[in-house]
Amino acid sequence: MEPIVQYKEIHKSFGDTHVLKGINLDIRPTEKIAIIGPSGSGKTTIIRLLMTLEEPTDGDIYVAGENLWKMDVKGKKKTANEKHLRSVRKDIGMVFQHFNLFPHKTILDNCVTPLVQVKKMKKDEAVDLSKQMLDRVGLSDKYEAYPSNLSGGQKQRVAMARALVMKPKIMLFDEVTSALDPELVGEVLQVIRDLAEHDEMAMILVTHEMDFALEIADRVLFLDDGVIAESGTADEVINKSDNPRLQEFLKRFRKEEV
Amino acid sequence: MFSSGVNILEYLSQGAWTTISIFLVSTLLAFIMAFVAGLSRLVKNPLIRGFTTIYVEIFRGTSLIVQLFWLYYAVPMLFNINLGSNWWVGVIAIALNYGAYMSEVVRSSILSIDKGQTEAGIALNLSRFQRMRYIILPQALRLMLPEFGNYSIQILKGTALVSLIGLTDILYYGDIYRSSNLSEGPMAYMMVLIMYFIIALPLIWLSKKGEKISRRGVAS
Ligand SMILES: Nc1ncnc2c1ncn2[C@@H]1O[C@H](COP(=O)(O)OP(=O)(O)OP(=O)(O)O)[C@@H](O)[C@H]1O
Ligand SMILES: [Mg+2]
Repeated sequence: MEPIVQYKEIHKSFGDTHVLKGINLDIRPTEKIAIIGPSGSGKTTIIRLLMTLEEPTDGDIYVAGENLWKMDVKGKKKTANEKHLRSVRKDIGMVFQHFNLFPHKTILDNCVTPLVQVKKMKKDEAVDLSKQMLDRVGLSDKYEAYPSNLSGGQKQRVAMARALVMKPKIMLFDEVTSALDPELVGEVLQVIRDLAEHDEMAMILVTHEMDFALEIADRVLFLDDGVIAESGTADEVINKSDNPRLQEFLKRFRKEEV
Repeated sequence: MFSSGVNILEYLSQGAWTTISIFLVSTLLAFIMAFVAGLSRLVKNPLIRGFTTIYVEIFRGTSLIVQLFWLYYAVPMLFNINLGSNWWVGVIAIALNYGAYMSEVVRSSILSIDKGQTEAGIALNLSRFQRMRYIILPQALRLMLPEFGNYSIQILKGTALVSLIGLTDILYYGDIYRSSNLSEGPMAYMMVLIMYFIIALPLIWLSKKGEKISRRGVAS
């Protein structure tokens, strides 16, 4: 099957810091990918490039065959403009570590506004769809609440509903539980688990919830020092790899967990 | 004593409309300038940004009274531009001056909105304009309110300068009254103060309200 996302020799530097050093990655349309790796290895950067929040220093990213960051102008490759970026990223959604809900809008309006503005959907249609999605993440009693009145777990579920109403084909999750109190992590993971089981879309999860990643991921990538150092099924990467850096990372990780 | 006070107030009120009309129109224009310049300093185009920066720095870096004289005496002679009446000269000078100050309020409020808001907007594929219009500005406006309240009171006080280019505002009538009733000078200026204060009262009330809305934060 044609990959929905392709990274080709992607490099990213911030000033003198060379963060990504040649990422090559194909993602199938329904694939669930978990990215693990030490802090600072570039996990967040990988998905921010795809969301167009950062621009690659070198290399190409393709989304459904379209070059994300470059466009053809009279046969010449040019840096993508806003219009091109918008047309290619319309199928990508993202959930952030710190939720980034719109604090001046109700929960419902957080979902309705992008539907009406971006998808040009009729208001009442957008409201119906948003309510359905909020129900799905278990927030049917909170339509008119403001973000500041919700718990962290609820906020993150709203953020997921808001991304999901846009019907993305690719969903990106950047450590979506790491800003939450431990007792609220479960409710958010449950929503993702449900998505992974029932939805067709591709998912990329950057996560420190190792067990969870292993449970839902078709493929696990171990990112180390700006390259994909290991890639395979959860079992292959976690149990069968003899990469010393990975072993060290897992050991440190297990220690923190107990 | 009391009756002389009332008399003076009545005399001064001949200038009230000049003061109030200049205040209202220059405040309106200053707000428009503030948004135009504040937003222009945030665009990508270096030409627009540079030009706006020059405007803001010149008008913040020189005094209103000098700008007023420039517009009144120098600009018509140098560039053969006639701004119409003294009234317009006063309005434009005040609007440009306070617009420059207030554009900084607009700019810094917009910049102080969390970057995550813009990023969420991008992730939902809102356009640059839609992000500004529906996400950033509504939040930034609430931050601007208290400063806007303060500046509008300052603009009212600033209008007193227009008596220097021959406009017949409250201060102008105060001066006239004093010069023909020298012994009542202190009383005359006392009444000028009171008159300005009365006009400022609704503004003070509004800016208190603005502060409250702002403090209550965005969830309201
Ligand atoms: N905007 C930026 N400007 C400068 N340096 C940056 C920027 N964003 C990321 N970096 C640097 O790039 C490197 C990789 O960052 P990234 O956030 O992708 O790591 P990560 O794997 O997500 O780490 P963590 O597990 O701590 O979230 C880090 O050294 C970080 O300091
Ligand atoms: Mg990260």
